[in-house]
Amino acid sequence: MDLNLTADELAFRDELRAWLASHLPRDWDQWREKPMDESFPYLRDWQRKLQEGRWAAVSWPKEYGGRSATLMQQAIFWEEMARFEAPPMANSLGLGLIGPTIIAYGTEAQKKRYIPKILSAEEIWCQGFSEPNAGSDLAGLQTEARLDGDHYIVNGQKVWTSYGWVGNWCELVVRTDTSAPKHKGLTVLLVDMKSPGVEVRPLRQMTGESEFNELFFRDVRVPAENTLGAVNDGWNVAVSTLMYERGSYGARLHLVFKRYITRLIELARTIQRNGRPASEDPIIRQKLAQCSAEIEIMRFNQMRAFSRITATGVPGPEGSIQKIFWSELNQRLQQIAQEILGSFGQLMAGDAHAVDKGLWSYAYLRTRGNTIEAGTSEVQRNIIGHFVLGLPRSY
Amino acid sequence: MQFGLSESQEFLKDSARKFFAGECPSSEMRRLIETDTAYDAVLWSKLTEQGYTGIIFPEEYGGVGLGKVELMLLMEEAGRALLPGPFFSTVALAGSVLDAVASPVQKMQYLAPICRGSARATVAILEANVSWNPGDIQLSATGGKLRGEKLFVSDAAVADFLLVVARNGVFAVHAKAEGLKISPMQGMDLTRKLYSVEFRDTPAETIASGKDLARAFDVVTAALAAELVGGMQRTLDITVEYAKTRKQFGKPIGMFQAVQHQCADMYLETESSRSAVYYAGWALEENSPDAATAVSIAKMYASDAARTVGNRGIQIHGGMGFTWENDVHLYYRRAKASETAFGDATFHRERIASLVIDSAGVSRKSA
Ligand SMILES: Cc1cc2nc3c(=O)[nH]c(=O)nc-3n(C[C@H](O)[C@H](O)[C@H](O)COP(=O)(O)OP(=O)(O)OC[C@H]3O[C@@H](n4cnc5c(N)ncnc54)[C@H](O)[C@@H]3O)c2cc1C
Repeated sequence: MDLNLTADELAFRDELRAWLASHLPRDWDQWREKPMDESFPYLRDWQRKLQEGRWAAVSWPKEYGGRSATLMQQAIFWEEMARFEAPPMANSLGLGLIGPTIIAYGTEAQKKRYIPKILSAEEIWCQGFSEPNAGSDLAGLQTEARLDGDHYIVNGQKVWTSYGWVGNWCELVVRTDTSAPKHKGLTVLLVDMKSPGVEVRPLRQMTGESEFNELFFRDVRVPAENTLGAVNDGWNVAVSTLMYERGSYGARLHLVFKRYITRLIELARTIQRNGRPASEDPIIRQKLAQCSAEIEIMRFNQMRAFSRITATGVPGPEGSIQKIFWSELNQRLQQIAQEILGSFGQLMAGDAHAVDKGLWSYAYLRTRGNTIEAGTSEVQRNIIGHFVLGLPRSY
Repeated sequence: MQFGLSESQEFLKDSARKFFAGECPSSEMRRLIETDTAYDAVLWSKLTEQGYTGIIFPEEYGGVGLGKVELMLLMEEAGRALLPGPFFSTVALAGSVLDAVASPVQKMQYLAPICRGSARATVAILEANVSWNPGDIQLSATGGKLRGEKLFVSDAAVADFLLVVARNGVFAVHAKAEGLKISPMQGMDLTRKLYSVEFRDTPAETIASGKDLARAFDVVTAALAAELVGGMQRTLDITVEYAKTRKQFGKPIGMFQAVQHQCADMYLETESSRSAVYYAGWALEENSPDAATAVSIAKMYASDAARTVGNRGIQIHGGMGFTWENDVHLYYRRAKASETAFGDATFHRERIASLVIDSAGVSRKSA
C-alpha cells in the first residue's frame, strides 16, 4: 500500500495542472446553473478543447485518442478537474460507458469510425437499454431486430433514454432471436438517431425538465455491419457497459459531492439557527461531519476498487458497492442541505429568494433518480448477495 | 498510488489469520472469556514468538519496526478471532503511548519488556466524567504520588505496570505499588476485562509531563477501529454461512431478498470501514496532514457499522442469534465496548466538524 504518487503519476498530474491553468474557461459561472439544453453547446466546446489536449478520455488506449492512463491516473484526472472546478463534458455516456464498450467489442473499422467523434463531442451518444416492460429485468426486453439482407429492421420502444434529445447515436440492445432463452437472443446495434423511423419524445421528469426521452423505432433500417460484438452475444456487451457505468462514477462524483459539502458548510456559516450560525449548531455539525466523512470513504472505497481492478484486470460486481454508496449518500447529503436551508430549500430556479439559483431544490428532487438509474439499489443489493456473497439466487 | 496491500502486507495478514485460527479458535476464545482475566500465558508467549508484541516498535527496543498499516492488519485479524486478553491494552495502547512520549531510558525499561513478551501493561484514562477529552481529566500527581480513581481501565489485573494519564503528565505505576487497588467492573465485553483503579498516594514515575498524547491516541483509536473491522468480517462470514444452510419454507433463508439485502448492507458497511481504517493507517504512517481527520472518519464509521452489522447478523440468525451458544453476540458485545472506547461516533463527528468545518476555506464559487 502506497498512496504517494509515483513519478509517472506526478508527471501526469503536473502536465494536467499546467494544461488546465492555461485552458480552463473563465466564464463557466455564467453557464453553471442554466438548464442543460442551453448549456449543452458550451459543454461540447469545452470537451472538444479538452480533447485537443488529449484529455477527454485519458483511460482510453493511445491509438484511440486516449493516454492509456492507469486507473490511478484517471482518479487523479477527476481530482484535478474538481480542484480546478472545471465544467463537465458533454458526451458523458459516450466517454464513460459506450466508447469503452466499442473499444472492447468493436471491429477496427467501427473504432475508426466512432471513437474520434465521441472524443471530440461531434457525435453525442445515448444508451437505449430500458423499455417500458424491461427495466431491472433488462434481458426481458422486446425491441426486435429482424435481418433483411444486409440490414436489420428494428421495431420497438425504449424509455428513460438520457441524452435522447441531443443524441446522434444510440447503443441499442435488441432481440435478434426470439426462440432463444432471454439472455441468449440479444444483440447490440449502433444506431444513427437520424435514421428514418426513429422518433424521440421528451419525457418530463419529476424535476420538471426533460433530461431523458422515449424512443420509438418503426421499421428502422440499421446496416448489419453496425452490430457491436457478436450477434446474439448482446447480453455480454450490454453488461460490460453496465460495469463501466457502475464502476466509474465514484471517481467523478467525488468532485461533485466535495463541491456540495464545501458550499453547504459555507452556507451553514451564514444561516442563523437558534440565535447562532447553523455551523455552530451541534446537530447540524454532526450531520455535516457524517456527510463529509462518507464523501471521503466513498473516495477510499474507489481507490481500493481501482487497485483491485488494476491487479485483476476487470471491474467486478463490487462496483455495486460504489453504486449504492454514492446514490444513497447523495440523497442524505441533499436532505441535510434542506435541513440547513430550512424554508428557503424548497425555492426553485427563478424565485428571487432561491439560494444558489435553485440548485438545492433541484438537487433534492434529482437525487431520487440516483437510486433508480444505472440499476436500482435493490438490484445492486441482489448482485452483491448473488455474485459477491454467493447467496442462492432469488430469481 | 496503490491502495492494495503489498505482498509482504498480504503475507502478514494471511499468517496472522492462520495463527489466530490455529492458536485461538472459537473454543479457546470461549474458554478464556470464562476466566477472570481472559489472559493465557502460553498464548501470550506464542504471540511474542510471532513478533506481534513488538510489531510497530523500533528494533532497538526489541520490536519488529513495521508500520501503522501493518498494525491495522494485525489488529484486524486479532479482531476477527475476537482475541481475548491484554493484547490491545499492552501493545496497541500502552506500547503506542510509551513509543510516543517516553525517554529512551524509559523505553528500555518499559517498552522493551512489552516487545520481549515479558510484560503486560495498560493505560488508565477515563474518570467518572467518562470524557475522552484530555482537558476533562482531573487526577493529578503531587510529589510523585497519585491520588484518585480511574475507571474502565482495560486488563489492569494482568498488567505488570499501568500508565496513568493525569492532568500534569503521564505516569507509570507498578502493579505492586502501595496504595493501588484494582477492582473488576462488570463490562458487557467478556474478552477485554475492565477495572476501576484506585490510587491512594500511590508512587508513580513521570513518563512525560504535559506532552501531547493526541498522536499516540490516534494510533490506538485506528487500531481499535481495525479490530472492529475484523469483528464485522467474522460476523458477516458466520451470517452468510448460516443464510446459505438454514432452510425455511423449503429454501435456504439466503434466497429471501429481505435476508440478502441485509447481508449486502453488512458487506458494504464492512468494506467501507476497512477502506477507512487502511487509509487511516497509511495517513498515520506518512504523518499526512489529514491523519487526525482520517482516524476520526475511521473510528466514527466503524463504531456505527460494527453495531449495525451485529444487529443484522443477530436478526438473520433468528432464535439462534439470541442464544449464548452462537458467537455473534460475543462480537456484538465487543463492538459495543469498542464503540464508546476512545470516543464514539458522536465524539468523532464533532472532532471531524472542528477539523473540517471550522477550518474549511471559503470556496471560490457557489456550488
Ligand atoms: C434519471 C434516470 C436516467 C436514466 N437513464 C437511462 C438511460 O440513459 N438509458 C436506459 O436504458 N435507461 C435509463 N434509465 C432507466 C433505468 O435504468 C431503469 O429505470 C432502472 O433500471 C429500473 O427499471 P424500471 O424503471 O423498469 O423499474 P422496475 O424494474 O420496474 O423496478 C420497480 C421497483 O421494483 C424493484 N425490483 C425490480 N426487480 C427487482 C428484483 N429482482 N428484486 C428486487 N426488487 C426489484 C426495483 O428495485 C424498483 O424499486 C434511467 C433512469 C433514471 C431514473
